[in-house]
Order: sequence, then structure tokens, then C-alpha cells
Amino acid sequence: MCSWRAGIAILVLLLPLAVQADSRLLATGGASSIEGQAGGGIAPWAVISGYGDVGEWGGALGFGRVSVNDFQLDVQSVSVGLENTLEFSVGRQDLEVAPLGLNIRQDVFGVNARLAGDLIYGAMPQLTAGLQYKRNRDMAVPSALGAARDSGTDLYLAAGKLWLNGVLGRNVFANGTLRWTAAHQTGLLGFDEQRELVAEGSVGVFLNRHWVIGAEYRQKPDQLQSVTEDDWADVFVGWFPNKRFAAVFAWTELGDIAGLASQSGWYLSLQLSQ
Amino acid sequence: MRRFWYLPLWLTLLVTGCAGQAERGDSLYAQLGGETGVDRIVAGLLWEIAEDSDTRALFVDTDIERFRNKLAEQLCAVADGPCVYSGDSMRETHRHLQVTSAQFNRLVSSLIRVMEQEQIPVGAQNALLQRLAAMHGDIVAE
Repeated sequence: MCSWRAGIAILVLLLPLAVQADSRLLATGGASSIEGQAGGGIAPWAVISGYGDVGEWGGALGFGRVSVNDFQLDVQSVSVGLENTLEFSVGRQDLEVAPLGLNIRQDVFGVNARLAGDLIYGAMPQLTAGLQYKRNRDMAVPSALGAARDSGTDLYLAAGKLWLNGVLGRNVFANGTLRWTAAHQTGLLGFDEQRELVAEGSVGVFLNRHWVIGAEYRQKPDQLQSVTEDDWADVFVGWFPNKRFAAVFAWTELGDIAGLASQSGWYLSLQLSQ
Repeated sequence: MRRFWYLPLWLTLLVTGCAGQAERGDSLYAQLGGETGVDRIVAGLLWEIAEDSDTRALFVDTDIERFRNKLAEQLCAVADGPCVYSGDSMRETHRHLQVTSAQFNRLVSSLIRVMEQEQIPVGAQNALLQRLAAMHGDIVAE
């Protein structure tokens, strides 16, 4: 709880330095990802949540659901972006494991900091460094499967770029994330002692101002002896009618999870943003 | 993951399908509506600026008629129209203004709103934005 309160205290101290405003361009705050940070669905992006520019702050509330054969994951998140430079987020995940009739909950505290570059202007992509401190609250199943720890911190570097008029007159977005993680199934099955380096990638094409289609891929470690963990992928449609609301719908393939084979299904994420 | 092999295919189909129509053959200037179209975009942008207190502050010392003419000339030139921009350089005109990133982005948002109102095709909007975005480094104070 200590890091949580320190984060709030830092936020309360920093907020008065900027005004709440939304000068950045539509969709440049991304959606709310399953870990609560600005991103796509399954990967965090090198963008800062909300629409606050330099001298401003913004943020988002996210509500997500992933529904696959034997699992349902619900996510609620809140994120604050300061000066288009620093993002703090908190996400609560609740995984329903239908065959066992139980739930596994996890909290994710995130920080993402813009290091260099710009998403749209100039040649250099926008680069961010981030972390996700995760705490699994229901370790019975993860422990039984052999997970060593109930918490862990993912560290990552992300690079993102939007090309105006990128392909056939359409704006094109791409993001790559390198993550150093000890989490089994993002932490929902606990954590290992050792971290492993994995890569994540997203591409999207804006059909017009409001609609984007694309795909994501998330490489995963496979460190539990007892069960197999597969890479994740999805194809998505995003809708950004205005800066207050966004919705993302995806078809997702998550592979084997906790011994249950070939999990696939849909993903829906709703976001309120400023 | 096997089911995703066709993804590049349907992305290409969707994008080419939407990009089709008359967007490709005509020059960007023509797609913006030529002289009349550019004048309407500039007029719309002036209304947008007048309504936005954050960007309006940059124009307090501006001769609006001159600005209107030079901007129309510049947009025409940037869009490969039959004009030569005769105004001062972007770096020169913005040096003393301390334009912020937020003001720049608000103006871009305004331009997008106007182009949407004028029903400029998406591809032409993006082509113009791409060319104007290249001026970001000369306009925004770092």
C-alpha cells in the first residue's frame, strides 16, 4: 500500500503545475490496455494517456473484458498523464476461471515516462520507458502450478510512430515494446524468480479520423514447468468518435492458458478520457 | 495464431477499397477544391482561431487580411497549386511568438475540423497534414 499512497501524493503535488486540457490530437492517447496503461489491448504503447499536451494534464478511465473459451478477464483502470511526459496508472484485473469456479485477482500499478521523440512530428519515434508493479491477490492456483512469487515488476522500453499519409493516403501507426518480465500469464499465474526479455508489436491503419483497424502480437515467457504459455495475438477495430470516449473491439487468440488449450474469443475495451 | 495469416491481405483490401475513387489522379490542390476550396479552408480556420482563446493569443498583432492572403498562398503552394509563397519563412514569423506544442496541436485540430466540414477526402487531408507537419520544428519553440 505504501507505493500506492506515495504515487497519489506525488500526483497531488504535480497536478496544480499543469492545467486540465486536451490539446493533443484525437486518438493520440491510445486506448486503455488490459494492464491499465495507454496502449492497444494487450500491449502498452509509447504514448501518454489522455489528451494533455505540454503544460496540461489529462487521463482516462478504462473498462475492459476479455472473453475466451474457459476464462473471462475484467479490467478497470484509471490513468493520469502529466505534461505529455509522465503517466501513472492503476489497473484491477479479475480473471474468472470457469472450469474451477474461482477468480484470480491482480492489481497493476504502472508508470510510463516519455524519454525522447514525438509520436507525429519529426523523424524520431516517441520513446518511453515504463514499469508495471503487479501484485497477485489469489495465489492458490498459481502456487499449485509452481509460481515462485506473488508479485513482480515488469520493465519495458517502447517506441511508437504515427505516419501521416503513411500508406495510400491513410495514417499508419506502429509500436514496438521490449519487456523484461518474470510474470506467468501477465502475473495472473504468479511470477518467477528470473526475468526474461520479450517483444510486443502493434500496427494500426486509420481508415479516417475516427476508425482504426490493426493487429497486435505479444510474445510471452514460458517459464512454468507444469503448463504451457503461448504468445498472444489479436486483430482489432478501434472507434474514437471524440476525445471523451473510445471503444476497441478485438478478436483474440491467447493459446494455452493454465493447461486449457487454444483459448480464443473477443475483447472489448471502453474508455472515458480527458 | 494460424488464423491470422490472411490479416495483411484484408488490411490491404480495406485500405485500398477506401482509398479508391477520385483521390489518386487529381493533384492535392484540386482535391482541396482549388482556389475556392483553399479560400474556404482559410476562412474556416480564421473562424476556428477566433473561437479558441489559446491560439487566438498568437494573433493579437497579426494583420488578419495579410495573414489570410499569405496562408491561402502558402497552402496553394504546399499543395502543388499554381502559387508561389511570397511570405516570410515559418522560422522567421514564429520566432518571437513562443508557440507551444499545445497551440500547434490545437491549430492542427482546427484545420482537421474545417477540412471535415468542407468534406475534403481523408487522403487529401492526410497529405496536406503531412506536408504542414514538416514545419513543426520551425514553428514550435523548443
